[in-house]
Amino acid sequence: MTTLIFRTVAPFLTALMVLFSLFVLLRGHNEPGGGFIGGLIAVSAFAIYGIANGIAAVRRALWFHPMAISAFGLFIAAIAGLMSIFFAVPFMTGLWVYPVILGVEIPLSSVMLFDTGVYLVVVGAITSIALALEAEEDA
Amino acid sequence: MEVPFVLLIGLFFSAAVYLMLSKFLVRVLLGVVLLGNAVNLLIFTNGRILREVPPIIPAGHDVPKALTANPLPQALILTAIVISFSFFAFLLVLVYRAYQDLGTDNGNEMRLAEPENDPLPPTGY
Amino acid sequence: MAVTPTDLSAALVMTPVAPADWLVVLPPAWCILAGAVLLMARKSLHLQGFLAVPALAVLVLLDALLLAHVAENGPVMMVMGRWLPPFGIAFTADLTGVLFALAGAVVALAGAVHALTDIDGSGRRYGFYPFLLLLMAGVSGAFLTGDIFNLYVWFEVLLISSFGLITLGSEPRQIDGAIKYAFLNLIATTLFLITTGYLYGIFGTLNMADIATKAAAGRAELPLMTLAMLYLTAFGMKAAAFPVNFWLPASYHTPRIVVSALFAGLLTKVGIYALLRTLIMLFPVEREELSFVIALTGAATMLLGALGALGQNDIRRLLGYLVISGIGIMLAGLSLGSPGGTGGAIFYALHSMVVMTGLYMAAGLAGRLSGTFDLSRLGGLYTRSALFSALSLVLFFAVSGLPPFSGFWPKVMVAKAAMDIGAWWLAAVVFLSGFLTTIAVGRVFLLAYWRPADGALAAEAIPASALLPLAVLTVLTVVFGLFPDALLSTIQLAAQGLADPRAYVGSVFPGGN
Repeated sequence: MTTLIFRTVAPFLTALMVLFSLFVLLRGHNEPGGGFIGGLIAVSAFAIYGIANGIAAVRRALWFHPMAISAFGLFIAAIAGLMSIFFAVPFMTGLWVYPVILGVEIPLSSVMLFDTGVYLVVVGAITSIALALEAEEDA
Repeated sequence: MEVPFVLLIGLFFSAAVYLMLSKFLVRVLLGVVLLGNAVNLLIFTNGRILREVPPIIPAGHDVPKALTANPLPQALILTAIVISFSFFAFLLVLVYRAYQDLGTDNGNEMRLAEPENDPLPPTGY
Repeated sequence: MAVTPTDLSAALVMTPVAPADWLVVLPPAWCILAGAVLLMARKSLHLQGFLAVPALAVLVLLDALLLAHVAENGPVMMVMGRWLPPFGIAFTADLTGVLFALAGAVVALAGAVHALTDIDGSGRRYGFYPFLLLLMAGVSGAFLTGDIFNLYVWFEVLLISSFGLITLGSEPRQIDGAIKYAFLNLIATTLFLITTGYLYGIFGTLNMADIATKAAAGRAELPLMTLAMLYLTAFGMKAAAFPVNFWLPASYHTPRIVVSALFAGLLTKVGIYALLRTLIMLFPVEREELSFVIALTGAATMLLGALGALGQNDIRRLLGYLVISGIGIMLAGLSLGSPGGTGGAIFYALHSMVVMTGLYMAAGLAGRLSGTFDLSRLGGLYTRSALFSALSLVLFFAVSGLPPFSGFWPKVMVAKAAMDIGAWWLAAVVFLSGFLTTIAVGRVFLLAYWRPADGALAAEAIPASALLPLAVLTVLTVVFGLFPDALLSTIQLAAQGLADPRAYVGSVFPGGN
């Protein structure tokens, strides 16, 4: 699988797919998309990178251990739910703020934070399984 | 519209049960995957099948303009898909490890945890 | 574009939420939060125990506060995301759920302390404590949720964490056990999902309070018997009831001993809790019709468990069969459905959580001192440590149901409830299984503790952090055996709340629905 063409194309493909996965994650609130499917796209990107350059390269590129990534996702998802304790509304109520950054109104919400958490959980968990399976093939 | 779905679900279930009755773990695993899909279809059919528009609220509205399909079964199925996908990934690794460590994917030959001729406890000192 | 023109206030919770209501969702949320932190700090091995034990102590505290709150004010409800029930997912804590959650938290705390010395560095690196916290998130969520599909999700959360725990160490024996455990439990939860799909098709709602009301109203024309039977099979499989129990003795003796202890204390009891919730609260009339089937299953489970325990040489497998035998008593209580029967089942489940965990810990210590788990080779533990032997003996008596320990009262309740309706045979089986259990554990004590050792035992002292949780669990069974009154009256209230869910429904739909 490590042909020259594939190895040359893989980094660009990976970068594009990760970008697309972020796009899918962010549009998920009002359109089809969201954290889970975005995360899966990102995992496929890392899997492609792993097939081309080996799993050591993926681990280096990710910097954090995949399980730590998914733990962080779980953490911010839980925080997103618990934030509503300060506003006397039930658990996991969507909270919105509309800060104006550089003259553009940007709606931010606990829902998006939660979705980002889901994205990271999926990226971390499935990447670690995919890496485990790819490592078996190398051995 | 329900009848073809019901037949299809029945077909899925029978194929899944047939595969799960095999003693080879890979087939059992495929059976579990089929079973998950059968259940998803079952929930979908249980949520009533309508020829309506998908439950997506158009831009600039807060409620759908017309009657839409029931979104709840779809949410349930999405949850079930996510869960069964993660289980499938885990079981795949587990079965592979079992094949490597135990040298077999035949459930009948996996007797490490329950040895075939386990001795009886002593009856006296 | 961010302005909301449509007025949604009719569908939303508009009153401010009292801080005390947060106790309903905090146990699972706290566990997820703590589990995530522990998973991020996976590399700092020495930090794991120091973080996990206080985190679980906080969980015990939260559950205790919730119990006090519920005992005072009746069932408490909180709905996710502000949508009013039945549209939002409701968390509803009633006495039964909170009692189970509190016992589970105590058991998990004891397990975490015991694991400080029992789980070595490699086990911690594989993530024992994070998985334990996530397991507790699943267990607490399952006990406190008021939505049947949410119950399924919590089942899966605890199942996937238990997969992580059971394969901790990845020895071939563990993988063998894990395969059987994973496949059979997955089929059981899939059956649960199938039933829930049908339930949604029939009722169009997943909120348990809503289902209870609609089932009571439309019982005549709805096919509720199918649902009750399917739930009985699915949860019976999770609880390891007789014809579908074979995954338990195949897997419970393979993982690390603390993991076995936690599984024995927590997992099958979640199945029993779900059976109580569905069959007593949602489908009482159908349970009445199935009563004989459940009673037969319970009797067979009790006898098979006790007889299986008699035939085992490995003490861990022996304990696995004792777990099954205890499930039989809870099923017998469930089959009766009277306040005494249900109360007995709840009490026995709480007792079994504490005692089975303690027994597995004792077995682990015995194995650590002797280097074997085989009855044919164990010996001399009494001369090694008299205190440890005394604690074990108390647990052995407790699991046999002898007075004055906590196993005695629920057995008497179930047997009395059985004789009240003339089912003397069920009462006889309860006592017969108790008798057989006494023989099985009595033999363990004779052979492993009293018999002089063949060779020298390991010289290492039993660490205090391993003995302390064992002692605490033993003290619990003695205290609730000697002074059962407070617990008994709470359990009677819990059983009443299950049989007559008006307060439960009222907490979800304050204005009626």
